[in-house]
Amino acid sequence: MIISCPHCGPRDSSEFYFRGEATPTRPEYDAGTAAATGYVYGRINPAGPQKEHWYHAAACRSWLLVERDTRTHKFLSVTLASEQGR
Amino acid sequence: MTRLPAGGLIDRGKPIAFRFNGRTLTGFSGDTLASALIAHDVKIVGRSFKYHRARGILTDGIDEPNALVTLGSGARAEPNCRAPSVELFDGLEAYSQNCWPSPNFDLMAINGLLSRIFVAGFYYKTFMWPAALWEKLYEPLIRRAAGLGRLSGDPDPDTYDRSHAFTDLLVVGSGPAGLSAALCAARGGLRVLLIENDSRVGGRLLSQRYKVDGELGTAWADAALKELVANERVTILTRTSLFGAYDDKSFAAVERVSDHLPGAAIGRPRQRYWKIVAAQAIFATGATERPIAFGGNDRPGVMMASAIQTYINRYAVAPGKRAAIFTVCDTGYEVAADLAAAGVDVAAVIDARRQPGRSLAFAPAISGEIVRTFGKSLTAIEVRRYDGGVERIAVDLLGMAGGWNPNIGFASHLGNRPDWNESLQAFRQEKLSDGMMFAGAADGALTLTDALASGEAAAARVMSPASSMPPIGTSAQASPHVVRAIGQKVFVDFQHDVTVEDILLADREGYRSVEHLKRYTTLGMATDQGKAGQVLGHAVLAQHRGVEMAAVGTIAARPPHTPVAIGALAGMHRGEHLKPVRLTPTHCWAAENGASFVNAGLWKRAQWFTRAGDADWLASAVREAKAVRSAVGICDVSTLGKIEVEGPDAALLLDRLYANMMSTLPVGKCRYGLMLREDGFVFDDGTVARLDESRYVITTTTVNAVAVMRHVDFALQVIWPDLRAHACSVTESWAQIAVAGPQSRALLQDLLPDIDLSNETFPFMGAVAGTWDGIPMRLFRLSFSGELAYEIAVPTNHGDALVRTLARLGQTYGCTPYGLEALGILRIEKGHVAGGDLNGQVTAHDLGLGRMLSRKKDFIGRAMAERPMLVDPGRQALVGLKPVDPTQRLSAGSHLFRSGAAHVAGESQGHVTSVAYSGVFDQWIALGVLAHGPQRIGEVIVAASPMRGTRIEVEVCNPVFFDAAGERLRA
Ligand SMILES: [Zn+2]
Repeated sequence: MIISCPHCGPRDSSEFYFRGEATPTRPEYDAGTAAATGYVYGRINPAGPQKEHWYHAAACRSWLLVERDTRTHKFLSVTLASEQGR
Repeated sequence: MTRLPAGGLIDRGKPIAFRFNGRTLTGFSGDTLASALIAHDVKIVGRSFKYHRARGILTDGIDEPNALVTLGSGARAEPNCRAPSVELFDGLEAYSQNCWPSPNFDLMAINGLLSRIFVAGFYYKTFMWPAALWEKLYEPLIRRAAGLGRLSGDPDPDTYDRSHAFTDLLVVGSGPAGLSAALCAARGGLRVLLIENDSRVGGRLLSQRYKVDGELGTAWADAALKELVANERVTILTRTSLFGAYDDKSFAAVERVSDHLPGAAIGRPRQRYWKIVAAQAIFATGATERPIAFGGNDRPGVMMASAIQTYINRYAVAPGKRAAIFTVCDTGYEVAADLAAAGVDVAAVIDARRQPGRSLAFAPAISGEIVRTFGKSLTAIEVRRYDGGVERIAVDLLGMAGGWNPNIGFASHLGNRPDWNESLQAFRQEKLSDGMMFAGAADGALTLTDALASGEAAAARVMSPASSMPPIGTSAQASPHVVRAIGQKVFVDFQHDVTVEDILLADREGYRSVEHLKRYTTLGMATDQGKAGQVLGHAVLAQHRGVEMAAVGTIAARPPHTPVAIGALAGMHRGEHLKPVRLTPTHCWAAENGASFVNAGLWKRAQWFTRAGDADWLASAVREAKAVRSAVGICDVSTLGKIEVEGPDAALLLDRLYANMMSTLPVGKCRYGLMLREDGFVFDDGTVARLDESRYVITTTTVNAVAVMRHVDFALQVIWPDLRAHACSVTESWAQIAVAGPQSRALLQDLLPDIDLSNETFPFMGAVAGTWDGIPMRLFRLSFSGELAYEIAVPTNHGDALVRTLARLGQTYGCTPYGLEALGILRIEKGHVAGGDLNGQVTAHDLGLGRMLSRKKDFIGRAMAERPMLVDPGRQALVGLKPVDPTQRLSAGSHLFRSGAAHVAGESQGHVTSVAYSGVFDQWIALGVLAHGPQRIGEVIVAASPMRGTRIEVEVCNPVFFDAAGERLRA
């Protein structure tokens, strides 16, 4: 698979670390155990487009927010996670 | 000799000597092993997998299921090589497989008589009971009797290379469609990579006598090659097999660099593994001729008609003297004509279609079927005419022209199943992944004219997706042909000895899905993946059940398309090159001082330093630990991860990363820090030093250096991108040496005369940045050993000088280098957790560090760490353990049991996580986790290791064995 890093361009997936399905915003401690449990363990695991976190470990060390179709491994979008919502 | 007097693409001026089963034979340059054997009238090449039936050469290429040989000998012996795709070279040695003592007289042929037990599903039926005998008796027996060739068991002596290729267009196959596609795309300016499995380009043009543009097909192919070679945007790889299609337009291939050269090629790899990324790929992979199912269709002398054509035209060898062709398509007649032109007597063409294709001038065309064959190798066939007559015809060569299956397996590597095409009477790939298309015979365009046009159309579509080039239709064929058997085995999968009867049996027993059929009968599960016979097998099932082929479907092909040597995949990553090696800055000094090294991740760390008089490694380690307790020791700790964190919000970031408070740490101080994972369990531990208001350097354990950096980046970029802080790994930038022991202050004061190291100005947990000999230096008063101790860091390239200076100055103080084993002893004596104690399943409470969890702030893992089960006092928690009999030796991994409890998994209350021989106490001591551990100090329990067969009574004690008050480290 090839992932287009916004910094480094199209690179082989072996340069990246796959963290898994991108979780929603981390709840503050005050939000309680249920919210924390959902954040840590709750996953949608869709058959289809999925938002994921990948880390360009062997190069720029950017965490990427990636949208990938789990059925075809097609990458639909790649953005810097730090720019999410900006 | 059956070499034809003229013709062929062989060089008669270059004879080649080779050995087959010990006999020296000769062929010509341009021959394959198969064509050279045919030239010597070798009919029986090996024996079959299950029944040990005599088998000859069936095909002319990679789909060969019968003529499998072992090439070479000793460590280079390679089993299961397909004789038709082995290029002949001087000194080649080949051996038949599956036969003893020889392929002509094989004692194991008795399996054929026992064929009733070798029916479909025999693995499941015959040997169901008793299960215990399976492993010891049945399986070895079957493997010896039925099986493929053997590996030498020796290390592979050859070298393998790896390359990467990036291209606009990958063309797989250099037959008419592939060449025309490559020409068209190259003329259009694309970068083209053309891959051909054969040693020369041309595909079927090399086997046929067709003309293209008025010239012989081979001449046209040579001209095309010349044009492509001259184009600098084109790369051509011959002798290269594509074996897999992967996600995102990646492909894998193996180039046989020196397999075809005499002797072990010096200075060249044997093979080269290619990883290819191609924006577009055209698969001009041709079609495979399918056999016809009739009695005795596996007899040596029965060949694919297309293979006969190849042997006659390309290699100028005649596989027989008197031939017949059994056909369901017009190509059978072409082969008959080629045989006649080569001077071979053609006895008949038997056409199984109800309307025969044509009549021949040189032989009778019979409308009918072959029902049986005769001879050890073929001597005669029995033909049943549709008009009622039965006749026996003496022939020693029979060609099967059963129609063509497009080679579309690569599409299903990406999960795309093919569709049955009714007019083509074959599976065709309709659904395609982005960037992949089929052309020529692989797309059902079976005639030469159509194949050329199809290749061109595919290339045009690559260059302009909206191209108006009309799609080339598929050819029409007769259905796969199955003759009702009379008394003789009818094979569909030659390599795995699967017969029509096996398929009918599987159907009777309910294994009707092709996926079940495959596993029950092993149809298509051999090394050839059923390239020749699998579709025929599925046709048998369809015709028997009276359903359409479309309803039966077919099996997905999977990588590798053809077998690949493991060595080619490993490439240069073997032996010491399997992983990179990281050396510490003091490696050379350590080696000079007798260090033995151990792998710690990729690092080589000094494990102990052998000195004259040390009885063994344990004696060395105990001596080193004692030196630290009594004088001073030095140890390279550069492998610990080091991360610098900087910025106005650095303190806030560290508060969120660590379970304990870091923002309150004064400048010039260090603090022990504990990191949790978000799920509440312990992730890593280390130290945090505050160098100035907004600048920290943190350490991680050696193993987690990379993971912690990733974790810090995640926190900074994903969770809290608004924090004004930056982090950077400086692990490789600093050499860090622990200087530990009562004399450490004196030694360091000699090294750093300008810094006051007295306890008052530089107390325990102090941190200072300064210079040593004009070089930047950082000094931390940290202690892992429990002694008065420091860690001193200098830029990596000065690490060697630093350690040598310390060793020299330390001579006065009895300074001793110590390694990881001594480090382990020292930290276990102090109850410091590391390595095996931190296995990802322990909480801060489990380690007795629950007090460190701050209640004043949010931090990663806080919410989940407070879950009831994670703070349950019944959890297995850290304790010290010492044998009741001090002479006994503890072993890590032993399970802990209540005294008197059965030593079974359900009774286990914990386990031993670290052990050490303590020189201070003169006995083995250990750390472990034990249910309700802290409440059981003084209890005697049992540590049992079923692996080692040991059971030792141990006393539960405080994990801090030595100087529990911590006076020494504050001295
Ligand atoms: Zn990058």
